[in-house]
Amino acid sequence: MLGESGSGKSTLLSLICGTVLADEGQISVSGTNLSTLRSGQRDQFRAEHIGMIFQQFNLLPFGSVLDNILLPLRFAPTRRTRTKEPRHEACALCAALGLPADITSAKASDLSVGQQQRVAVARALIGRPPIIIADEPTSALDADSQSAFLDILFGQVKAYGTTLLMVSHDQRLAGHFDRVVRMQDIAHIERRAA
Amino acid sequence: MIVRLAIGSLFARLLTVSMTVLAIGLSVALFLGVEKVRTGAKASFADTISGTDLIVGARSGSVQLLLYSVFRIGNATNNVTWKSYQDIAARPDVEWIVPISLGDSHRQFRVMGTSTAFFEHYKYRQGRDLAVSDGAIMADLFDAVIGSDVAKALGYKVDDPIVVAHGLASFTEHKDQPFRVSGILEKTGTPVDRTVIVSMEAIEAVHVDWKNGAQRPGQATPVDAIRQMDLTPKAVTAALVGVKSPLKTFALQRAINEYSEEPLLAVLPGVALQELWAIVGVAEIALLGVSAMVVVTALIGMMATIFSSLNERRREMAIFRAMGARPTTIFGLLILEAVLTATIGALLGLCLLYLGLFIAQPLLDSAFGLWLPIDAPSLHELWVLCSVVAASAIVSLVPALRAYRLSLADGMMVRT
Repeated sequence: MLGESGSGKSTLLSLICGTVLADEGQISVSGTNLSTLRSGQRDQFRAEHIGMIFQQFNLLPFGSVLDNILLPLRFAPTRRTRTKEPRHEACALCAALGLPADITSAKASDLSVGQQQRVAVARALIGRPPIIIADEPTSALDADSQSAFLDILFGQVKAYGTTLLMVSHDQRLAGHFDRVVRMQDIAHIERRAA
Repeated sequence: MIVRLAIGSLFARLLTVSMTVLAIGLSVALFLGVEKVRTGAKASFADTISGTDLIVGARSGSVQLLLYSVFRIGNATNNVTWKSYQDIAARPDVEWIVPISLGDSHRQFRVMGTSTAFFEHYKYRQGRDLAVSDGAIMADLFDAVIGSDVAKALGYKVDDPIVVAHGLASFTEHKDQPFRVSGILEKTGTPVDRTVIVSMEAIEAVHVDWKNGAQRPGQATPVDAIRQMDLTPKAVTAALVGVKSPLKTFALQRAINEYSEEPLLAVLPGVALQELWAIVGVAEIALLGVSAMVVVTALIGMMATIFSSLNERRREMAIFRAMGARPTTIFGLLILEAVLTATIGALLGLCLLYLGLFIAQPLLDSAFGLWLPIDAPSLHELWVLCSVVAASAIVSLVPALRAYRLSLADGMMVRT
């Protein structure tokens, strides 16, 4: 999803995640119509189906890396049962994301920004949710770490067989994706409809 | 894990949280301390006299009679004549009677004239007897027995001389008739500790040369001559009475109150103590109320701290929400945080209370004769601690509700 800031990307993400409800029409995520769910069910749905990666400040700074990675499982029973050995899996994810082996016991606030983003990827992937949403995950990284981060992200998403919905304003990334939606196109359609 | 993260979040704000904990701890310690002093004071009041069925004195108020006869606070308005005293003593219901004569002092301590029967019948703390820790009770006319505080404050030992002053805070001393310390009493935690006890006859003896409250001019009567004189008391200030059967107490009380020769008053010590406590009780309740308000203030302080932390923690709440936490979880987290803070504060308060007790116990005992026991927290105190924690949960509902609304509005996106 490509778009300038202020083009409504964040609102669209909130709609997909079910923290904001559409006034009209319907939103389907993985075949579930969100407008038919009550707010508690939408929270549950988000927990089970969506792994979230923000631009930055992804982690609870006072928690350990392990606690941060395992946090979504607390709210998603299905993801929890899918994860046989949570600690082991968290360590495996960290290793696959190129993080040092002993990082799981570190405090999240002690990590560099790049490391924090990778931990956020591990957290999004744990329990294999069908969708990963990444909201400009590289904007806080410098150019070199950006491409390294993206390579790792794409690699893991492929390995886990997960859908990745990424928001960016960087046109150059378009080539990596199966589908590209431009916010201005959506705006055109909306305006014509109105 | 949620609890661990909540504790982690508290630790991340260690400075403000510890201030809140300290405020709650101090307020809880203050509240429990006031409560401790209150019950301690009440107990030591009630422990001052036991085993005495009636206190008799000149007609005044029952509290006043109790105060001057037992607590040596204030003065008697009038004396009871020796004849009235003997009439009461001769009544068939009277098992024993002990005279008390007050009015003189030694330094800051009161001098009490009484008979040796006082040591036999005066009981404190549920029937304990007075005991002499050093020396013996009076044997000679000019012997004095002193309370433990008197001995400690003035550094007296057995056989030391004592000169009794006429009246209270007076410069006129009975220096022609010096006394000898014959015995020192063990600590009782009652006004006896601050009393110099002499015989009734000794009180008469030092006043031989006095008439109408003034020293007769001229040569003092020699001590040897005094010893030859008839030293039967002319009056007593008050008397402690024991009855043969408790059933007779009220009949005897009425008889004394209706005594036709002289206006007298007989009171039951327990009833008078109750009356006294009812008067003191107002101040006691006010004190308790004030310290309760301090606890409330500390809790409101905690509420303010949580409130002001909400803005900087919107990110934290957004992360929880993005992970699928419901707004009710956020709500619960804040309540949990308040309960944790208050629990630590309450425990700190308990520690401070015991620390304070260890420091204050000997000081209070020597300054006010108030002995506060240090024992395990009572059920009542645990109930107070639980109430503080429960109150913290209630108080934190307000910021928790705000956090609920914020997290519902913010969702996962925080506009900062």
